[in-house]
Amino acid sequence: MAQLRQQLLVFNTSNSSPESRVVAWALYDGALSQDKQQMQSGDSAEPPYRSVLAAMQDGWRVMQVPQMPIFVTGREFDTGHLPFEFVLERMVEVENSI
Amino acid sequence: MKIVYDENVAKAPASAEASSGGVATLTREEPVEKRHLLTAAQMAFFVTYGYLRVENLVPDELNQAVLEDERRWMGTKFDFWYLSENIRKVFELPQVKGLLQGFLGENPIFDHSFIHHVRAHNTGAQNWHADSIIDARPFGFDVQAFYWSHDAPVEMGPTMVLPGSHMRKINISSISRYKNFRGQLQMPIKAGTITFFHHGIWHCAQPNFTDTDRFVFKLRLRPGQEQVRLFNMDGYDSPEVLDILKKGSMPGDAPWQGDFDRLDSVQHARLWRFVTGDPKIDTSFETALSRMHLD
Ligand SMILES: [Fe+2]
Repeated sequence: MAQLRQQLLVFNTSNSSPESRVVAWALYDGALSQDKQQMQSGDSAEPPYRSVLAAMQDGWRVMQVPQMPIFVTGREFDTGHLPFEFVLERMVEVENSI
Repeated sequence: MKIVYDENVAKAPASAEASSGGVATLTREEPVEKRHLLTAAQMAFFVTYGYLRVENLVPDELNQAVLEDERRWMGTKFDFWYLSENIRKVFELPQVKGLLQGFLGENPIFDHSFIHHVRAHNTGAQNWHADSIIDARPFGFDVQAFYWSHDAPVEMGPTMVLPGSHMRKINISSISRYKNFRGQLQMPIKAGTITFFHHGIWHCAQPNFTDTDRFVFKLRLRPGQEQVRLFNMDGYDSPEVLDILKKGSMPGDAPWQGDFDRLDSVQHARLWRFVTGDPKIDTSFETALSRMHLD
């Protein structure tokens, strides 16, 4: 019997638009068995989709849209984590296995 | 230039301990010749990208000797520095001392060292991270020198870096949810190379797909004085040197920064003002600092 598993895409984009370019990414694939290797750091120079919208057009559902950054007076140029994080999911069927 | 040991931080090698009292030194102090000092162009690259790779620093004979030590004492972690006289010789070479002095001054303080080892056919990568704890210094920095005793082509897993990430505040692996960034860089390495990392740069060890174990020796040093005008200042405000910094502040030069790249350019421009001691020089995007009369 087929069962459903979740796949997660974590994207960071160049600005807050889902049409903007993906600049950082990861795939966490709940359909891969534990003995299989997940996406590894540094293993790809190009993201699986150009933009969040392109992933949506391929069947991915958006779970999280980033809040706009807040710029505190006097600290406008502070930098840290990437600011525009989108999280997408897709459910896929896997063959039943224990 | 001599490396200084603060007994509250780390012990000195036995040979150095005998030679002095409270603060043990590695070598007799010899002035670094100007031709060996870190150049303005090298410092400009480091300020822009957070790392500097310098090839052909160490002669083959010494590389071979260190490699033999690395194989003999591969699991010795923090102790390798104390066991291997050869690794200490690497950091006594005048061309190496000149680079370190340019970053850290005449008396850098030994923080720690480590022998990193990735076994043959280890296909897992390390998560992205920055070392240590969040650094609260506005501009001061530690340097991590990664010395390579053997060639390490990319398939052997030389460390991957994210150029231009060094001023971005993160906490260890707080970024590790991400596996890949546009513009991430894995440099093929030749034996005798040292890559110098700003303490804040985002990086990760890479898989080793070859049949040969991969080693790299890391030495972390703290500055012994304020890091102002320590390098060879010749030409620091010349068009050639400023072009290195300005290229780095152009949109798209570090594609992972997205539309926030202008903020990074301000951070790097401020760091350049700090290390040059020149409060007016401005390499920020559209010379934002001067335009807004900001420090
Ligand atoms: Fe690290």
